[in-house]
Amino acid sequence: MKIRIRFAKFGCMKFIGHLDVMRFFQKVMRRADVDICYTTGFSPHQIMSFSAPLGLGVTSEAEYVDIEVNSTDCSKEMVRRLNEAMVEGMQVLSYRLLPDKAKNAMSIVAASDYHLSFRDGYAPEQEKEFWKKLDIFLKKDSIMIKKKTKKNKKEVDIRPLIYDYKIEGSEIFLKTATGSVQNLKPELVIEAFYEYSQIEWNPFAIQVHRLETYSEKEDGSLISLEDLGEEIE
Amino acid sequence: MRKLSLSDEILLQVEKPARYIGNEVNAANKDKSAVDVSVCMCFPDVYEIGMSHLGIQILYDMFNRRDDVYCDRVYSPWMDLDKIMREKQIPLFAVESQEPVKSFNFLGITIQYEMCYTNILQILDLSQIPIFAFERSEDDPIVIGGGPCTYNPEPIAPFFDLFYMGEGETQYYPLIDLYKKHKANHSSRMEFLAEAAMLPGIYVPAFYDVAYNEDGTIKSFQPNREGIPKTIRKELVLNMNETYYPDKPLVPHIRATQDRVVLEIQRGCIRGCRFCQAGMVYRPVRERSLKFLKEQAKKMLKSTGHEEISLSSLSSSDYSHLEELVTFLIEECGKKKINISLPSLRIDAFSLDVMSKVQDIKKSSLTFAPEAGSQRLRNVINKGLTEEVILEGAGMAFEGGWNRVKLYFMLGLPTETEEDMKGIAELSEKIAKRYYEIPKEQRHGKVQIVASSSFFVPKPFTPFQWAKMCTKEEFLERARLVNRTFKEQLNKKSLKYNWHEADVTVLEGVLARGDRRVAPVIVKAYEKGCIFDAWSETFDNDRWMEAFEQCNVSIDFYNTRERNVDEVLPWDFIDTGVSKEFLKREWNHAKEETVTPNCRMRCSGCGVMQFGGGVCFENKN
Repeated sequence: MKIRIRFAKFGCMKFIGHLDVMRFFQKVMRRADVDICYTTGFSPHQIMSFSAPLGLGVTSEAEYVDIEVNSTDCSKEMVRRLNEAMVEGMQVLSYRLLPDKAKNAMSIVAASDYHLSFRDGYAPEQEKEFWKKLDIFLKKDSIMIKKKTKKNKKEVDIRPLIYDYKIEGSEIFLKTATGSVQNLKPELVIEAFYEYSQIEWNPFAIQVHRLETYSEKEDGSLISLEDLGEEIE
Repeated sequence: MRKLSLSDEILLQVEKPARYIGNEVNAANKDKSAVDVSVCMCFPDVYEIGMSHLGIQILYDMFNRRDDVYCDRVYSPWMDLDKIMREKQIPLFAVESQEPVKSFNFLGITIQYEMCYTNILQILDLSQIPIFAFERSEDDPIVIGGGPCTYNPEPIAPFFDLFYMGEGETQYYPLIDLYKKHKANHSSRMEFLAEAAMLPGIYVPAFYDVAYNEDGTIKSFQPNREGIPKTIRKELVLNMNETYYPDKPLVPHIRATQDRVVLEIQRGCIRGCRFCQAGMVYRPVRERSLKFLKEQAKKMLKSTGHEEISLSSLSSSDYSHLEELVTFLIEECGKKKINISLPSLRIDAFSLDVMSKVQDIKKSSLTFAPEAGSQRLRNVINKGLTEEVILEGAGMAFEGGWNRVKLYFMLGLPTETEEDMKGIAELSEKIAKRYYEIPKEQRHGKVQIVASSSFFVPKPFTPFQWAKMCTKEEFLERARLVNRTFKEQLNKKSLKYNWHEADVTVLEGVLARGDRRVAPVIVKAYEKGCIFDAWSETFDNDRWMEAFEQCNVSIDFYNTRERNVDEVLPWDFIDTGVSKEFLKREWNHAKEETVTPNCRMRCSGCGVMQFGGGVCFENKN
């Protein structure tokens, strides 16, 4: 059986890197006695794959890990058991059964929602002005940034990768392309704005929080990874 | 939610920020303000090393079992954060509560190796606690030292309020109770220390004076106030089944050096190798019962979710119920796909059978520790392993499919001759030859033999505590001779030889057998910027050499002088239970090249029988 687990990562756990989150979940599976499937061979490992990895320092309420199990309890019970094996800052939000033919989370990620705000003490003095200018900036049809590749620098337009945005109060909501085909880190949008406005960029000023991760349906519309699975009663 | 001591900006700039955030699985997370006594345990090295230490896990669990005590932890901030904390004057904090170390009642530092001494000063300094005990005020924590290096605490004595000698399970509760009493009475630091010094195993350096002879040796070591004991006997646990052991060890979020369940099967060692401090000071051997270990293994695997379990002891093969324990583990772990790691096993038919079950033969290697290259020298150091046994074990292993061998040796052992040194290469060659005796069609490729040698450092409370140590040049000369001999061997292409740095060894020698006059050198080296001396990337020998010179302390006085057996040694006031008479006898046996049988073969009357337990009373009801 294929299972998709949605979890949140917040508080001090945002300082745990992706590889360590993977190790953390391997141990969680044992602590929670999940009947997870193993690969065969001399050193068997758990069948487990994660969706788009989160950068260090970013918080999220839409991280996904897919696993395969031999047997399972109902979703509610599994969420309870998994959360008992967690620490503060890591919380399982749902545990859902996927169709047998489902592709893994990693391969189907297409977009993510984020909200971004200034960390305490890092907001510019004219904060209102800042957000207003950012709004104007994002209304542009194209946003060119210099991207370093292995060989040379090239200019790319990131505006098409911003699917939606909304500025509200002192934070911004962004929907951007995510995944192996096209990927736009939300910090890059703010960095581009700083560059454009010729203000010095402090890479630690902004706290990024991921709200949702999506896959693309055949008709091109987005569906949250969670909605591809169903609750086990 | 807890507020972290460091800002996001700092945490995102340093390597592995997870080192400084606590929140580990199975952490106690108590409210520090709600307990009577707070203890901050410290391992003065980087987090991944410190989190791997079993001793702190045991004590952390033991302290936190009490509702009136909270035990938190601190480790050395790595170089990157160290720099930031100094610049911004951020006080060092405990990882779990994020509270300043200075705000705890006790700071307990485990001292596992000499090369962490400057890190002890780093911890104190960053915590804004005065480095010298006599400079501390009523508000500063009581700084306690424990662990193997406290068997000669003198080079670091001025930095500690008290030392706990021996195993922590026995006297910490009484010490905490005593502290509570004094806290309630609002008594002074000195009043508390004076009473603490009466507890078994507690050494308060300030209450002892040292006088020196003209030649620099110690004239006397005496208590300077009434009622303070003249000698301090190490503490130890006699019943290893009715004692503290964590059911729920801490699980860090970044990979620690020991990323596995550690099952301590016994303490002590029956072997009596004459260079080995652990083998002497942890006497007598005390085993944990099979029942205890089975239950503990199950509980810890469940509570941690670790994918590996490892047995811990000085010599696992000597554990009486090893076969049953391993059979149990193979069965239990096989179901849950948990790996078993079995360090310190003697290579024989049994261990090879077990290893073939728990490891991938193609990926694993065999390890032998002959320690010396010739039988003569192995007799001097009382290492029972013979060439015959090694070749037999290697032969069996080669036939079973192994083709990689690691060999560990020491250079600079007492009485060592050129023949002994060459023996290292010759023994390696014989093992390679043994491999090629197997018919070609049954071999698995080429054999690969890696021999490593470390340099011998005489340690307190061993029969070699009086021995002369080599100089750096002598060490390197010997290593080069061994290396040349390796190049002369027929199978040289299958052999590889590595040797250690000699600089660090020289320092280790001084710190291991030094006295209180070495303390200023440590302070000076620290002031010059030395920390993380155990790390080759940060070790700076030149600064240390300058420190010795500026403090006018002679390295040779401590290292290269053979001590007279009647000399007062800096650590003579400690009673490990092993008598000095026994150590002298063993020193003579070494010179006579005579072997002493192990504790199970015949009691050699070392003195630890007085504790009334362990191997000394096996089969005696």
